[in-house]
Amino acid sequence: MNNPYMPYPVRIDDIEVATEDRSLKTFTFTFLNPEDEAAFDHKAGQFAMLSIPGKGEIPIGIASSPTEKGFVKFTVFRTGVVTTALHNMAVGDIMGIRGPMGNWYPWETLKGKNLVIIGGGFAFTTLRASIVYMLDPANRDNFGNIDVVYGARSPGMLLYREELFEWEKRDDINMHITVDGCDDPSWAYNVGFVPTIVEQKAPKADEDTFAIVCGPPIMIKFTQPALQSLGYGDNQIIMSLENRMKCGIGMCGRCNIGKELVCKDGPVFTLEDLNKTPREY
Amino acid sequence: MESYIEQIRTLAVDLLKSGKVDVVIGYRRGSVPMATVPFMARTPEQAKQLTWDSHCTLNLANYLTNRQEKIGIIAKGCDSRNIVNHIVENKINRDQLHIIGVPCKGMVNPKELQTLLDDEIISCAETGSTLTIASSQAEIKIEREDHLRNNCSLCTHRNPVIYDDLVGEAVEEPVLDDPFKDVNAIEAMDADEKWNYFDDLLDGCIRCYACRNACPLCYCPTCFVDESDPQWVGKGQNDTDIKTFHFLRAFHCAGRCTDCGACEAACPMDIHVRAFTRKLIKDSKELFGWEAGMDISKRPPLDTFAPDDPNDFIK
Amino acid sequence: MKVIKIDKNKWTKGLDTARESYQLFGPVKIKENHCFAPLKRDQQPDMTVVDTVLSPKSTVFPQTEKLMTATLDTSKPNHHLMERADTDYSPRAVIGIRPFDARAIDLVKLNFDTKDHRDPYWCDAHDATTFVGLAVNTPSQFDFSTSMDSGPFDEKGLDVLLVDMDTGYLAKILTPKGEAFMACAGFNREATAGDLQKMEELKKAAEQAITTQVETDNLREKSLLDLHQAPFWDDVAFSCINCGTCTFVCPTCWCFDIQDETKGNNTTRFRNWDSCMSPLFTLHGSGHNPRGEKTQRVRQRFMHKLKYFLDKYDQGTMCVGCGRCVKSCPVNIDIREVCNVMNAYEPQK
Repeated sequence: MNNPYMPYPVRIDDIEVATEDRSLKTFTFTFLNPEDEAAFDHKAGQFAMLSIPGKGEIPIGIASSPTEKGFVKFTVFRTGVVTTALHNMAVGDIMGIRGPMGNWYPWETLKGKNLVIIGGGFAFTTLRASIVYMLDPANRDNFGNIDVVYGARSPGMLLYREELFEWEKRDDINMHITVDGCDDPSWAYNVGFVPTIVEQKAPKADEDTFAIVCGPPIMIKFTQPALQSLGYGDNQIIMSLENRMKCGIGMCGRCNIGKELVCKDGPVFTLEDLNKTPREY
Repeated sequence: MESYIEQIRTLAVDLLKSGKVDVVIGYRRGSVPMATVPFMARTPEQAKQLTWDSHCTLNLANYLTNRQEKIGIIAKGCDSRNIVNHIVENKINRDQLHIIGVPCKGMVNPKELQTLLDDEIISCAETGSTLTIASSQAEIKIEREDHLRNNCSLCTHRNPVIYDDLVGEAVEEPVLDDPFKDVNAIEAMDADEKWNYFDDLLDGCIRCYACRNACPLCYCPTCFVDESDPQWVGKGQNDTDIKTFHFLRAFHCAGRCTDCGACEAACPMDIHVRAFTRKLIKDSKELFGWEAGMDISKRPPLDTFAPDDPNDFIK
Repeated sequence: MKVIKIDKNKWTKGLDTARESYQLFGPVKIKENHCFAPLKRDQQPDMTVVDTVLSPKSTVFPQTEKLMTATLDTSKPNHHLMERADTDYSPRAVIGIRPFDARAIDLVKLNFDTKDHRDPYWCDAHDATTFVGLAVNTPSQFDFSTSMDSGPFDEKGLDVLLVDMDTGYLAKILTPKGEAFMACAGFNREATAGDLQKMEELKKAAEQAITTQVETDNLREKSLLDLHQAPFWDDVAFSCINCGTCTFVCPTCWCFDIQDETKGNNTTRFRNWDSCMSPLFTLHGSGHNPRGEKTQRVRQRFMHKLKYFLDKYDQGTMCVGCGRCVKSCPVNIDIREVCNVMNAYEPQK
């Protein structure tokens, strides 16, 4: 019997400090067994359990796109026992990954649609996976306009900075990078909170436009009215949730919001779906 | 008991009607025999549900922690001593409280009563000092005093030590020849006997933490067993981890425990957890001449330093 | 369906024969209380106790269960590679499990054996187990199983249903697993028509002896959000001390935690029973807690049992009416009352 608690063994191939305060690092893993990589066939928006023997497991969104082969990537904020242990690990260390888990952004529904991607802080990981996925030459024609509003406290706290600035230069994606505040006079992008930039820069809704929102609770709270004022319906606002998890496969019972389990029925929900739940997240 | 109930209700109704308090915390009748439910009356009408009998085994001070309203609270001797603890430890303000003191005649041990009948007890009524317990097959009358919980039979502070109203007359405080017979017996054991005694004592613990959660002293925002960084204690059914929980919890109660027995009343597995706290009560008395929760102007001995401290290490 | 008659004076010998091929579990007295435990060689199950303090869920879902092990010794080629813990899944039988508890295991199966994943630990244990149930002839005052789609003679989830006929047992064989166990124990005398009639009479009498009626008929059509937002939860929760007693004694509470423990270079990944009553259950790394308040946790427990589960699986409520939580709750929070309140609730429009 396939054991869903058994992690795939992986090796850390690269560790990159992701933010200026060093609280986030991006880890690149390769699977020790090639067949595991084939089995780990994910879609953008899913998450996985990073599994450190002796320390425990932690659910983290997959930051690499399914179109990027040969490795998987996760950007991890240092906060508890497992993430601290992970931050202290070195290239070459062996650990485990279980997954992919949960649902994904509804790529089937989104085919042929315009998308506005809204992210804040370090909740940009599965959004990065999504952007890389959509910009892949094999996929780009499947989508209409792509707008991205991404904000962080300061320029140094933006994740994937090089990529962001690369995307800025392209004409098949409209980037709206913003920071809460900035002393650097050479900062060429927006200054302001994400909800404000959404109101100013995001496209108005029509039936072919969807928004994907990921960020801290306060950002989500204020982005929602901004999107509504642009005409987005609850079924056009797509969100990714987090809750405490242990199993990741819908069995251990803690991540529920009403009868839905964030780990299995989510983490991706439309606002329309969420309105039917007690929203305990 | 009947007169207690009438007086409690009258006082509670008056307090709520006059607006002196926002709520009254007491007990109401349970849905099963030999049970009461800690209850908060918000209206004079609800206050008529308040009751009193020989099954008020939990400690109501547990429900005061960090509350903001003006509260009327029913308090027997031990509850009142834990209210004192709460005031001393800044978990509630004295001027938020209107304490309805109840001179206590002791609470009974329902598990012991059950052993008196072959079939399960389906009703229990009391008149004066007599309880009438019945199963579907039999009915017997017993005297409350003969079937008290162990802590109640060892209690020497049945009257509330702090109150604003007293229900009925103060009761006579028992004088015990040897209040720590049980502790002495354990102290007299050799190391192996002690080891076996404590092994057996905790056998069956399921770590539901009912003892901790029923305890008015256990109000830490995060209990040490729930800390993850550092993780002081493992979370499985490992003997050492189970013992660590009980030992440390008991030590944390040293000089604070009033032997109210809420821990044992709550334990679903009938574990005699007071075996730990009783030793600390004895030590507090012998080393510091201290009884917990008697005086709102004094802090517990392990919380203070005095130049005449009997121990050398601290000087 | 075959019904076998077992003389009580042959019962022990039959069990002893079965022990050769099965590991037996049964109700035994631990200090003052009865619990289900593996039976030692000379230990007999106590067939008189109606409700053990803890349910027999531990027979397939131990409170602490080893999942995996690994070595952290980097000189070993397999270091940091998890391996499934070595657990014995040879045939076992749970003797004297009461019908409501077997029904509970059947409901819990919906969680652990799904179309997407099978929990190999729970499923392997379940597959290895034969449930030899014992009907409840004299239900306790806490029993409300007949309101919860079970009952004192309910057969769901059982392989054999024993009925205590005073001098002997009747054994109703319900599955091939049950048949194999009875054959192994050497029980094979067919019951008579008279026995069967007597059994029916006992069943009727037992069902009638349960007088508590809990109403569940409206729960399905009630709006989940209305119930969640209902004003009665604060009152239900006031007395709750947030211990985990109800969840630990409950036969259907399956939630668990996963923990790693290391000694030297050997690390083990366990799971432990967890409880929605604990704030830690849902605490985020950020410190945010979606169920940080006691009322939210109490509501979660009742909503999970009586509404979420019902809506999700359409297999009734996740309560089998065993009454353990009613009996063990230190503050007498009574699921029967809560269920009736939920069932009768009409939101103020």
